[in-house]
Amino acid sequence: MTPGSYLPGHFLPVAIFLFVGIAVGVGMLVFSRLVSPRRPYREKLMTYESGITPFSDAHQKFSIRYYIIAMLFLIFDIEAVFLYPWAVAYDRIGLYGLVEMVIFIIILLVGYVYAWKKGALEWE
Amino acid sequence: MTDDGYSLTSSIYGEKMSLTNATEKEIVQKEMTINMGPQHPATHGVLRLVVDLQGETVVGIDPRPGYLHRGIEKWMESRTYHQIIPITDRLEYITCMNNNLGWVVAVEKLAGIVVPERAQFIRMLMAELTRLSGHLVWLGTHALDIGAMTVCMYTLRERELILDLTETVTGARQTVSYVRIGGLRNDVPRDFLDKCREFTEIFPKKLEDYDTLIRQNRIWLKRTKGIGKFSAEDAINYGLTGATLRGSGVNYDLRKVEPYAAYDKVEFDVPLGTEGDVYARYIVRINEMRQSVRIIKQCLDMLPEGPIMTADPRYAVPDKATVMTNMEALAHQFVLMSKWVNMPKGEVYVATEAPKGELGFFIVSDGSGRPYRVKIRAPSFVHVGALPKMVTGHMVSDVIACIGTIDIVLGECDR
Amino acid sequence: MPDMQQIINFIITIGIPVVVLLSFILANAMYLQLMERKVLAHMQSRLGPMRTGWHGLLQPVADAVKFMFKEDIIPAKADKWVFSLAPLIFLVMAFGAFVAIPFGPDTVIFGRTVHLWVSNLNIGVLYIVALAGIGTYGVIMAGWASNNKYSLMGGFRSAAQMISYEIPMAFAIVTVALMAGSLNLTEIVQAQSQKWFIIVFPVGPVAFFLYLIAGVAETNRAPFDLPEAESELVAGYFTEYSGIRFGIFYMAEYMNMMIVSLLASIMFLGGWMPVQIFPKLLGGIPPISWINTALAAIPPTLWLLAKLYFFIFFYMWIRATLPRYRYDQLMTIAWKILLPISLGTLLVAAFMKQAGWM
Repeated sequence: MTPGSYLPGHFLPVAIFLFVGIAVGVGMLVFSRLVSPRRPYREKLMTYESGITPFSDAHQKFSIRYYIIAMLFLIFDIEAVFLYPWAVAYDRIGLYGLVEMVIFIIILLVGYVYAWKKGALEWE
Repeated sequence: MTDDGYSLTSSIYGEKMSLTNATEKEIVQKEMTINMGPQHPATHGVLRLVVDLQGETVVGIDPRPGYLHRGIEKWMESRTYHQIIPITDRLEYITCMNNNLGWVVAVEKLAGIVVPERAQFIRMLMAELTRLSGHLVWLGTHALDIGAMTVCMYTLRERELILDLTETVTGARQTVSYVRIGGLRNDVPRDFLDKCREFTEIFPKKLEDYDTLIRQNRIWLKRTKGIGKFSAEDAINYGLTGATLRGSGVNYDLRKVEPYAAYDKVEFDVPLGTEGDVYARYIVRINEMRQSVRIIKQCLDMLPEGPIMTADPRYAVPDKATVMTNMEALAHQFVLMSKWVNMPKGEVYVATEAPKGELGFFIVSDGSGRPYRVKIRAPSFVHVGALPKMVTGHMVSDVIACIGTIDIVLGECDR
Repeated sequence: MPDMQQIINFIITIGIPVVVLLSFILANAMYLQLMERKVLAHMQSRLGPMRTGWHGLLQPVADAVKFMFKEDIIPAKADKWVFSLAPLIFLVMAFGAFVAIPFGPDTVIFGRTVHLWVSNLNIGVLYIVALAGIGTYGVIMAGWASNNKYSLMGGFRSAAQMISYEIPMAFAIVTVALMAGSLNLTEIVQAQSQKWFIIVFPVGPVAFFLYLIAGVAETNRAPFDLPEAESELVAGYFTEYSGIRFGIFYMAEYMNMMIVSLLASIMFLGGWMPVQIFPKLLGGIPPISWINTALAAIPPTLWLLAKLYFFIFFYMWIRATLPRYRYDQLMTIAWKILLPISLGTLLVAAFMKQAGWM
């Protein structure tokens, strides 16, 4: 199979199905829009704040922890992305591939240990 | 945090936000203020907590009770001592019997009424049954808050048995108004004792079920150990009572210290914790349930025969049959029900061990049939005051665990 | 102008599978709610829905109608576009993942060889993981756009949790890909024809449990249901949603659960391979061999579905049993326990394969 030939054959159904998925979602929304009542008033449109009038905007600064987690995720997910083709081709690349990947993982592990020791994984 | 935005003039669309008014220093200190309650699934009624968060960590918490304030203390001043009994049902609406008992014991001390033995035992029996039911609600909701939803259903199943027992005796399931000044409204029905004995056979097994479901669960241990710690000294200083205090290892149980009803005639232990954390209080309450079963069993064995109403003719409400046939009894009942009798002048404070802690009634009497002033020392109210110390420094999820562990009922807290 | 034959061919190869799969997903997304309510109820000595239809069988229909006819409230302070878009993204990503799932081997129906998949992607697993990653956007958009503090916290928690658990999950999947030598789900199943990956010692069971735990966390189910912990954050990121949008979130969650369960069955439990009782050890002994023959006679697709519902039942079971983790504990599990174990598993698998033990 050449790259040009398998793409439409296999991804056309995917595209169709995603399109159908969107159609189902939008269809439900549109149908609901047609049949559901619409009687807004001020109190109904208020944000839920456990039963009192909302007193400050929710769009505030947020904890740095979440950003650190996101950064760490990026690093490790990219590693995973590298690992997928490696795992599939492992039969063909053999020992060479294993050594290379061990080195790659060790480099990442150094960073992981550093992050751990720095306390990036602590939540208190 | 002073501006909660709860003024009618402030706009809801965000022109008047607390953060815009805040100084820069405040912004650095707190990142987010969230409001839990009065309409929140985990605040056990209408408790409101204003929680300052840094990320997920709680840096400040401000309990604001009062959403269920009905002016009960003031209301009591316009009712006779007898008419107040149903009002006490509305204090801590899960364990009404204990409230009835607390009030009645206080009034009896004020008037010096001697209560017959049988009535004392039945009072104790019913109070312990109700304590079990209260603790079951606590266990269920506490576990539900922490996420173990099945326990809640199981505890409510067993609570149903207790409510059925209560119903056979009092005719009501929750707001019983069963205890009377000087005795009880009616004797227990004939089959009640057998049913109760049957219950004491079933219940301990079920109790072990919950305990295994929860205590041997590592997630539960992780969520409760080391959370909401209170040292013995702090617990005393904060005025904590009941299981919340005993979890810190302070041996203070009013049933032992100042026995009322017939608690001096039965044997039971006071379970104590050591760590003073959520887990210790959990263990204490579970063990308390075991002790309650023990007390109930002893009650059933020792229950003496005899009258259930005091012999003192001033305070004894005549029973219905006599009222229907005897002129004097009718007149006496009329007086008692409409204005009660003149009570001795004076002040009295009597505390009893309610399931939530020390429930105290302070009565000032001016010599009439109505109290001049009543002050209720509600354990829930005191315990809410301990929340800030308990929670600060922990995480949002621990707020929930701590609300569960102090075992509050807002009807009592706000009165 | 394509000729008639091409159009018919197109309809048969793509049109019919799409329609069948769509109805399968929608029916499941609706009825799994009933299953969850029933399973939980019976575990908790209750009965669950009983009024709508026989034993509540029409409850999902009633729910759907109710969702449709409820007022769809968009809070005044919400970011309207993002608020409206978030459930759609969540739903479409959950939908899309099903395309790559093979529901059985090629089967002959009406004298025609039919593939039981919509698309046999050669990167099937990767595709599903990628879509799950995009699904996270739906959650965080919903949390942000609601302009509600509970939603925002729920959204952040959920996003952090999903990405944290995606890593051990990805490594577990890489381990499977290594064992199978492919990312194509059909080939992964075929690679297990001799031995299911769950019993390939020692990496198989470890990878399976890593995947299972991460899968529970990925779908925000108990005991990792912090983003929607109702006792803390009310309903988490969909606190402000009502009506049909809430319904869409609800359905999409069940679809995600199905995807995770299907992947678990395909990657570790041999997909549509039948259960056999010690085929090599005791396979020849009469009573056991009869049972094995009988088990093998059950259609493969039913086997896959049985495994799917077993996993879903398992999810409900742990929901009824376990309390909820705290946020920091959740993160600690992902980063300090699961991640090193998953990396180690992968390396051990690579060494074993190199040494020819696998």
